[in-house]
Formats: sequence, C-alpha cells, structure tokens
Amino acid sequence: MCLAVPGRVLHIEEGPLLTATVSFGGVTKDVSLVLVPEARVGDYVIVHVGFAISKLDEEAAQRSLDAFAALGELGEPEESAP
Amino acid sequence: MASEDAPAVSCPLPLASGQHVLLAHGGGGRLMQKLIGDVFLPAFANPLLAKLHDGAVFSVEAGRLAFTTDSYVVQPLFFPGGDIGSLAVYGTVNDLAMCGAKPLYLSVGFILEEGFSLELLQRIVDSMAEAARKTQVQLVTGDTKVVDRGKGDGIFINTAGIGVVPPGVMVGPHRVQAGDRILVSGDLGAHGLAVLSMREGLGFGGGIESDSAPLHGVVADLLHSGVDVHCLRDLTRGGLASALNEIATAAKVEMTIEERSIPVQEPVRGGCEILGLDPLYVANEGRFVAFVPPAQAETALAVLRRHAVSHNASVIGTVTGSDEPLIILRTLLGTNRIVDLLSGDQLPRIC
Amino acid sequence: MKYVTEFRDSKAARALSEAIRRTVRRPWTVMEVCGGQTHAIVRFGLDALFPPGLTLVHGPGCPVCVTPVGLIDQAIHLASLPGVIFCSFGDMLRVPGSVRDLFAAKAAGGDVRVVYSPLDALTLAQAHLDRQVICFAVGFETTAPAFAAAVVQARRLGVKNFSLLVAHVLVPPAIGAILNAPGNRVQGFLAAGHVCTVMGCKEYDELVRRHRVPIVVTGFEPLDILEGVLLLVRQLEAGRAEVENQYARSVRRQGNPEAQAVLREVFEPVPRAWRGIGEIPQSGLRLRHAYAEFDAIERFGGDVALVGEGGVEDAECRSGLVLQGLLKPPDCPAFGIRCTPERPLGAPMVSSEGACAAYFRYRRRTDSLQEVRHGE
Repeated sequence: MCLAVPGRVLHIEEGPLLTATVSFGGVTKDVSLVLVPEARVGDYVIVHVGFAISKLDEEAAQRSLDAFAALGELGEPEESAP
Repeated sequence: MASEDAPAVSCPLPLASGQHVLLAHGGGGRLMQKLIGDVFLPAFANPLLAKLHDGAVFSVEAGRLAFTTDSYVVQPLFFPGGDIGSLAVYGTVNDLAMCGAKPLYLSVGFILEEGFSLELLQRIVDSMAEAARKTQVQLVTGDTKVVDRGKGDGIFINTAGIGVVPPGVMVGPHRVQAGDRILVSGDLGAHGLAVLSMREGLGFGGGIESDSAPLHGVVADLLHSGVDVHCLRDLTRGGLASALNEIATAAKVEMTIEERSIPVQEPVRGGCEILGLDPLYVANEGRFVAFVPPAQAETALAVLRRHAVSHNASVIGTVTGSDEPLIILRTLLGTNRIVDLLSGDQLPRIC
Repeated sequence: MKYVTEFRDSKAARALSEAIRRTVRRPWTVMEVCGGQTHAIVRFGLDALFPPGLTLVHGPGCPVCVTPVGLIDQAIHLASLPGVIFCSFGDMLRVPGSVRDLFAAKAAGGDVRVVYSPLDALTLAQAHLDRQVICFAVGFETTAPAFAAAVVQARRLGVKNFSLLVAHVLVPPAIGAILNAPGNRVQGFLAAGHVCTVMGCKEYDELVRRHRVPIVVTGFEPLDILEGVLLLVRQLEAGRAEVENQYARSVRRQGNPEAQAVLREVFEPVPRAWRGIGEIPQSGLRLRHAYAEFDAIERFGGDVALVGEGGVEDAECRSGLVLQGLLKPPDCPAFGIRCTPERPLGAPMVSSEGACAAYFRYRRRTDSLQEVRHGE
C-alpha cells in the first residue's frame, strides 16, 4: 500500500498546485507540494501518486542510520566467520 | 502501359512531406510504385533489392544458416535513444547474433495505417537504412500493406533475417550446464524506462536513453576470442528475469544470481522505485546474457568490456544445479528469493 | 538513491536481525498491516532474517486486495460506457470482478488508461472536453488526500467532465476488526508508515488503549521493517503495549495537517465492505454532499449503483481469512491449483502486494529454496 519514494526538490513553480520538479536518483517528475507547502528547493520530500506527503526529516534519518551503525559495531564480535 | 516517368497530367501523385499514407499506397498500383521508388529504394539501396523481383536470390557459403523473425509495434515510435526503425533492424540482427550467426540479409514488411504521416515514414525508413549500414546487413526484400484508418497503430514493422553460423560455433540452451558462469553485457532496464517516460500519464524527465543497439560485433569478437560460449540470449521484453527463466526451463537447470552484481543505472533505479517496477523484469534492446565455462569467465568479461555497447558488463551468477528449472536471487541483504516469470506485463504499482 | 540505498545495507540488516534473535524468547505472531511492507519483506527475503519463533502474517493493507467485487463491477461498467475514459492505477486492472476484469473491459473496447497520479486523470479531462474522465479512487489515508486535492483543483478550474469512483478505505477500523475477530492470533502490529505520515499516531493510541496491543509505526525499506520488528518484539517481551514511531524521518505525531484538512473537506467516513472480510463500520470514505457532482455513481445514475449490489465473490476464495491473518495462503485448498496469478479467484492472488501472489511467486518452491540455503 502507498508506495512513496523520497526525492529532492529541484525547482518550485508558484500556482494553486505548487508544482515542483523532484529528482529521484536522476529522473525527474512533476510533483505537487500542495500538501507540504513548507518544502523548499533542496529539501527531500516523500512522494506518493504525484503529491509530496511529507518533508523528510534529514536529522531523524541520520539518527536512525547512526543507531544502525552502532548496533552493527555491537553485534560484530558475536558474528562467526562465514 | 504507363512507365514510371510518364508525366502526371492533371493529378500529381502526392508524396511530398506533410502528406499522408493513403490506402492506394498499398494497392499495388502507381502510388505504391512511387512509394517504393521514392522512399524505400533510395534508402535501402543495394543490388539485390534493386532487381525488384518477388524475392531476393543470393549465394551463401556452405554451412549452417540462422533464420529469425520479429515484429515491432512500439509506442511511441520515437523515444529517447532510438525509434521503431532502428529497433526493427537491431532487434533482428541481435536475434541472429544470439544464434552465433553473422547477420547478412533482412526482409522488411511494413503495415501502415491509412493517414500515417509520410514524413514520419521517411524518418523511420532513413533510420532503418542507417541501422542497416552500421550493422552491415542488407534489406533485400520487402512488402507494404496499408490498413484502414483505425485498424492499425500508425505503423507496424516486421523484419526477418538470415545469417551464417561459423563452423564450430554451437550456441544454445542445450549446452548450459552446472558450473557455467552467467554474464550480463550491461546495465538493465534503460529501454523500458525510456519508452515509459514518454507515455501519457506516466511521463518523467531526466534523460534516460534506450539501450537499443546492435550486438553482433561484440558477439563475433566473443566467439573469436576462444571462449567456448555455451549460450547467448538477448534481453528484450520481460527483461533479465524472463530470459533466465526461459533458459533455465529449456536447459532444466537452476541458477543463482547476485543482486549486488547486476548493473542498473541510478536514474533507471529511481524510475523503477517511483513506479514500483522491478528492473529485473524491465525491457532492454541492447543487452544480452552469456553462459560460459567458469575458467573462461574473466576472458569473456574482458572481451565484453572492450566494446562500448557492453563496457559495463558484469559476471552476475552461476548455474548452480541441474534438474529443476529455478532462478534464485541472492538479495542485497544476503537472503535468497525466487525470481519467477510474471503472468503478464509488469504494471506500475502505485498502492 | 539517497534515503533509499542506505536503508538497504546488508551489514546493518544482519545486526538488526541478530538483535531480534537475541530479544525473542517466546513465540510471537505479529502482522505487517501494509502491502508495501509485505512487498519489501518478499522482495528482500526478510523473513529469512527472523528467528523461527517469530511469525509474520500479512495484513489487509493492500487497497487493491480489499476493494469489494461490487466496486470492481461498477468500474468495469463505467469503463465500458461510450464516451468515457476510465483511469486507474496499474495493479487494479487485473483484479477480477464478478465475471471479468478491467483488462477485459479494455479488450472489449473500453478506453481504460493507467495513470500515476490523480492529477494525470485531471489533465486528461482537460485535454478531452468531449469525454467523461472517471478515475478509480483507490487507496488508504495516504492516497485519499491526493484525490481530494485533485477534486478541489477540478472545482477551482471548473472542470466538469472529471469524476471519481471512490473506493477509499481506512486502516484503524480494519485493525480493530482483526483484533475483534474470533480466533485472532495477532499480538502486535507494524503500522503503515505512509498512512501515519498523513494521519499521525493518535488513532493508534486509541487502539493500544482499547486492546492493549503494541503498535510500531514502521517505514518501508528493509532496515525500517527490521527495526520495526525489533521494537515490537522488545515491547512484547517486556509486556509493554505502546505506540512507537520507527519511521521518524517521515511521521510526525500529529501527521500532516494540510493533507488531513483537504481529506476532511472533500470526504466523509462511511461503512464499507472489504473484499473477503465483509462490512466494517466507518472504514471507508465517500465524497461529501458539497462535492457530490464529482461522484461518478451520482453522475452516471441508477444503473451503476445497481451493478455494485450484484457483486459476487468466488465462493471458494478464502482471501478474507488470509487478509485477517487467520490462514496462510498455501493452506488454502485452491492455492496454486484452482487459483493462480493467471486465473485468480480473489484479489490477493493478483496484486503484486497480495499475500497469495507473493507466496505463489516467491515461496511456491520453498523446499528447493531450503536446500539451497542449507547447501551454503
């Protein structure tokens, strides 16, 4: 359900739909920011069926990744050789 | 009997740019002669076609022939990195190459829809001629039919091809065996995504270009390099997943492939993520897989990487067993999953 | 792709898997509600990373799977009307109605088009003023705001030939129905991160209070799902029942206020039948009276409403039990024999996220896969 993908806002056009060009690893798509009007150029937004539904919190993402990394270092000594 | 150069008295035959295909262009009469004379002959110019006989007659060296046919119905007709014309030549050339053959002669059948733009037809024909020149094949016989408006999709093209298989070359699924290494000639999915990017309602930007390209050159080099190539298959509709499943079924073998080793360009990956597609199932038009003995995998890889069309070739897996046809993908996370055939086209997955 | 690739790292996945193994002491049955998560679990083979005592059941969170037969019949009826362009997301086209699917309607001459966004359907309407463009509004709370925004935009632009066949459904009532079902085995939930991105976590606080069941709001990448499971089993082992948010990079506690506002402006809750499960109170959405002109059923009149009432599900299909986590697809008598992706009896065999199709495609030959694993 609800396939949604993070992309980076490249350009925003004023207008009732706040249409933005968003890049997903290099391909671009027109996306409406009307549900996330606070998004700015350079922000990552999570896009579902042509609409951004949230602005990605990059600090929260980094906290998650840091936690995974810490867990990996904790777990490593227990891992047996393949 | 009116000759070709008889002066048109009252009603000049329309074939200028901006004009459209009429039913009469397929009617066997003067308008069809003019279409052949003005469009097809100059573009495909070669002595065999110039005879304008019912078929082409030619000699081939004694030995084995490869013979194949394919029809092309792509929409849009022009897409980033190619068009239906070059596709119709490369597709058939590639099918011959996958048999280990040197492609020689092609036939072409056009099914045109009444009202189709003659200017577009000219562009498509020119593109076919250019593709034939690049691949050193000759379009030696052809046919044109016109169907009523609404009964076609602009233009359909069928090509058939004949090539010669050099002595000693034995390429086919029957030779695939446990231990063979599996090579893929380049990154996957660009053609499918390039075509999708033009579709109404799904379109996206970012300049993904189709991988449409001829493969006979690199295949010839591979066969001459001394590598005992067991099997070749070009990856078209259904992508890598379908090709491997077909070979596994024909050869009754199990294969294991590594997701990590399968090349996919970043924008293609992005497009697949947005639309919920799996790049393993997306169409290609200039990619193939090769099955080679393990000891020769590195040599084969080096040969592939010498050619621009396959410069990012990669060894993606191994034939791991025989008996049950099965494709196992070792995922990025080191887990296994089965890669099965789809029941139909892959549909954009939204929800 | 940034914020995708990092969340697929194999080393971190192993570490999370190991942490789950260390945490789990008793057998647990947990449900991932969302079909997107089911898809990721299958695609990345995540189930192989869980300890044997932990059972994941695939929930009803695939809107394609739970759309009732009557609505599919209505869609097919509308798509077959002359002058209509019927727009749908791709994976709806193969879902069987009472007698046929949208692909068959297309083959019979209906103008059926796959769109990526409701806005693409609106654009089609503007480009074809002589036609009626109907869009199949399928999806959960994540998708409903997009359709709502398209309707608001259609009104703003005065587009008169655009309407929706509304099939939206809501997640919390479905979780409630699963918890209330006799024989429920589910002890904890991974809630759908994108639904909560829109709606926030409040409704889930209510479920936790009422049913004392832990819920972890979870993202869709492999590391998200593994971390979601870890947080869930930690709660279960500790005897806690709380709402936790694993997917903090997208989900705020209060959700997305703009999306909620437009959803409330355009839609209102109604009772809705779920395919295979039956009617669940206040679990669907319909257009509010003020937007009734955009309702395809209103616009095309009585016939369409009647078509919807005649929908018959295949009697042999047990998808309802599957969607509630009460039956594993291979245990269904029809599975793989009378029900395959080529000839599906029910929607879960069709949708790429459907539990039955997922089992069929990836797990049918589990035995040989096991051998491969052991042979390593």
